[in-house]
Amino acid sequence: MGDHSFLLQIKNVSKSFSGVTVLNGVSLDIAPGEVHGLMGENGAGKSTLMKIVCGIEQPDEGEIVFKGKPVRFAKPADALNSGISIIHQELNSILDMTVAENLFIGREILRKFGIVNKAEMNRRTRELFRMIDVEIDPNRRLSTMSVAEKQLVEIVKALSYDADVIIMDEPTSAITDQEVLKLFEIIGKIKKQGKSIIYISHKMEEIYTICDRITVLRDGQFIATEPVNRLDKARLISLMVGRELKDLYVKEKAPVGEVFLEVKNFTAKGKFTDVSFHVRKGEVLGIAGLMGAGRTELAEAIFGAAPVDGGELRVKGRTVQIRKPVDAIRLGIGFVTEDRKLLGLDLKSTVKKNMSIVSLRKFLYGKQIINFRRERNAVDGYIVKLNIKTRSRDTLVSLLSGGNQQKVVLAKWLLSEPDILILDEPTRGIDVGAKAEIYKMISGLAKEGKAIIMISSEMPELFGMSDRIIVLHEGKLTGEFQREEFDQEKIMMCATGHVQGGISSRNQAGGNQT
Amino acid sequence: MTLSWGQLRNIFFKYGIYAAFLILVVVLALTSPSFLTLQNILNVLRQSSIIGIIAIGMTFVIIKGGIDLSVGSILGFSAVVATSFAHPGEYPVIAPIIMGLLVGVACGLVNGFVIAKWNIAPFIVTLGMLTAARGMTLVYTDGKPIINLSDAYNFIGSGHFLGLPIPVIVFILVILVGVFLLNFTKFGRHVFAVGGNEKAARLSGVNIFAVKLAAYAIAGLTSGMAGILLSSRVMTGSPILGQGYELDAIAAVVIGGTSLTGGRGSMIGTVIGVLIISIMNNGLDLLNVSSYYQQIIKGAIIVLAVLLDRKSNN
Repeated sequence: MGDHSFLLQIKNVSKSFSGVTVLNGVSLDIAPGEVHGLMGENGAGKSTLMKIVCGIEQPDEGEIVFKGKPVRFAKPADALNSGISIIHQELNSILDMTVAENLFIGREILRKFGIVNKAEMNRRTRELFRMIDVEIDPNRRLSTMSVAEKQLVEIVKALSYDADVIIMDEPTSAITDQEVLKLFEIIGKIKKQGKSIIYISHKMEEIYTICDRITVLRDGQFIATEPVNRLDKARLISLMVGRELKDLYVKEKAPVGEVFLEVKNFTAKGKFTDVSFHVRKGEVLGIAGLMGAGRTELAEAIFGAAPVDGGELRVKGRTVQIRKPVDAIRLGIGFVTEDRKLLGLDLKSTVKKNMSIVSLRKFLYGKQIINFRRERNAVDGYIVKLNIKTRSRDTLVSLLSGGNQQKVVLAKWLLSEPDILILDEPTRGIDVGAKAEIYKMISGLAKEGKAIIMISSEMPELFGMSDRIIVLHEGKLTGEFQREEFDQEKIMMCATGHVQGGISSRNQAGGNQT
Repeated sequence: MTLSWGQLRNIFFKYGIYAAFLILVVVLALTSPSFLTLQNILNVLRQSSIIGIIAIGMTFVIIKGGIDLSVGSILGFSAVVATSFAHPGEYPVIAPIIMGLLVGVACGLVNGFVIAKWNIAPFIVTLGMLTAARGMTLVYTDGKPIINLSDAYNFIGSGHFLGLPIPVIVFILVILVGVFLLNFTKFGRHVFAVGGNEKAARLSGVNIFAVKLAAYAIAGLTSGMAGILLSSRVMTGSPILGQGYELDAIAAVVIGGTSLTGGRGSMIGTVIGVLIISIMNNGLDLLNVSSYYQQIIKGAIIVLAVLLDRKSNN
């Protein structure tokens, strides 16, 4: 039936959910030993297509041919056993179990009488991790691990199934550049063994570094499959969004004014030490650093979401005490968290209720009674302003795409009209169209006279949007750069702790790593 | 029946528990001629009122992401304290009412404080209160029922006002206040927010401690009300009053579509849940079904209701 030069063929697959067509006659061929990029905006149907390939969803129409034979996977285990493995964007690891237990879940190595052979599982776990040159304690619980580490566990798990096709859904959305390089190295090894990878990512650089061919989906339709070298970035983007996208990073000139927030000698044991910096009205301050550098922890401490052991905070020149988030909110600080599903949104609630929760006090008669009309008007205003794609304000926020969910989180904080806005990875896991809109918004907010702190692991984003960048390494400030001094190499040197750069003398006492 | 099974199923999944409620009423009206009489309707409402009032308080707690197993015991404790101030010729009738409500709120506050302050699982804390409050009830009464209550006190549970039994009037008022608090106030929004995602709520400036404390205090207050109404209705401050009521209240809330994991639910749903339980009991009584079988049916209904609710939400 199938063409034997392809390992996996997806033929005219269609799928709809409660009347909404998500995939419409999509076809895709994967050659052995190929890294195949799958691109498209959020909602283009990439994830659904992959769910069909690995048996999580069933297609309404079309067929899948694997190793020359038509297959139909009724459940994920079927796909897994045939040799198709997926690493989900949202990690599915069980946090209360150890690395080894997660790795061997459902296929535990047993002794007689069905007793789990822990020692053997631990040994095999170490062995599997050594394949990618990582030393790991198999007994560590996943709850103690960072997102990056959990992701490594998922990758190793996929490898351990000896899969012929590994689907990676945004595998680098939460890992550092160094870890990305390691991942690419691993991908290279897998490729040499004749195995194929379907690689879903929003990051152009990665796609161009490792993919052999790219398939673009848009609105559930197949748009094109091209070898990478025949597809330049501009055309790829226009294929994805269906229109020409001009400059991604919109950076408007904003007058920089007084110091809005000053952080002095901030210390929290085991997280960060003696960190001092400031951000001015109209300024976008980027915070660079590797995963685990203490950037999120610092932001949480400023916002009162985590305790500090020492240091001082000044808001507009006045020394303040922030013990809990509500204190920060009253002082005009907003905090768009990194993990929107865990910390940013109430997924059981609607767009409207999520957006108004911080600013409810503005929509009240007296102290308690909600003025629904004012709430609706304010919420609708931001749905239009931020171009949030939702059926209505009363739609469950969980039904929105990632980019639109992120806009809801932003809207929630913008509704509170903060002077100081902390953005932690504001464009993580969202598509390029939504990214461009968020960049434009950040720029506009600075112009309106807000002070913005933007934590990001994406260099192009930091470079594109920041007026100034500070760098953290292992909880210490190791560099500070003005816009005209931005230099990827120098910033990476600071982020990895090899050098302190572009920084005034006040932090030199902090510590010398080299 | 003119409806096909398929149509019936669709209606069921679309309107969930509301459809089930209507169908139950229609079926009983058709099979038992005495079901739709005014006397029987008032009877059903009065039987619903005690559990109903508790279930309204319970709804706040469950939407907040908690559970309160102690409502039955708090009811009992409130009842005996209230009745001990209700002997004829001692205090005005307002005294036992205030005492009963105070005991309820106090127990609720203790629950809420321990849960919110030390972050202990609500199941455990309220299980502790279930036992402790019943113990205090027995200590307070020395295990003997309190009898010889004033006519004024007994009137609360058995009297009528504008043709409606007083417990029914109280139930309706509690429903109105509950709907108002949950749907029209900042507090109500915060209850949903804490139940939906506590961490996100905290980062949004919600005072988690206050919300939890208030939710359990409300549950305590409604238990206190129920304690007064029930003891007055049976004209006795029996130390075993309210035993097992927590399960009926939780069942009513869950049948009404409130999620046991919090963050989702409705007050009207709870009212429907309460009515379904008591109409079913009433209907099965009218149809002469043994009370032993009734328990089996009730158990099945609870599970079916949750299944139905999940289907209608997908």
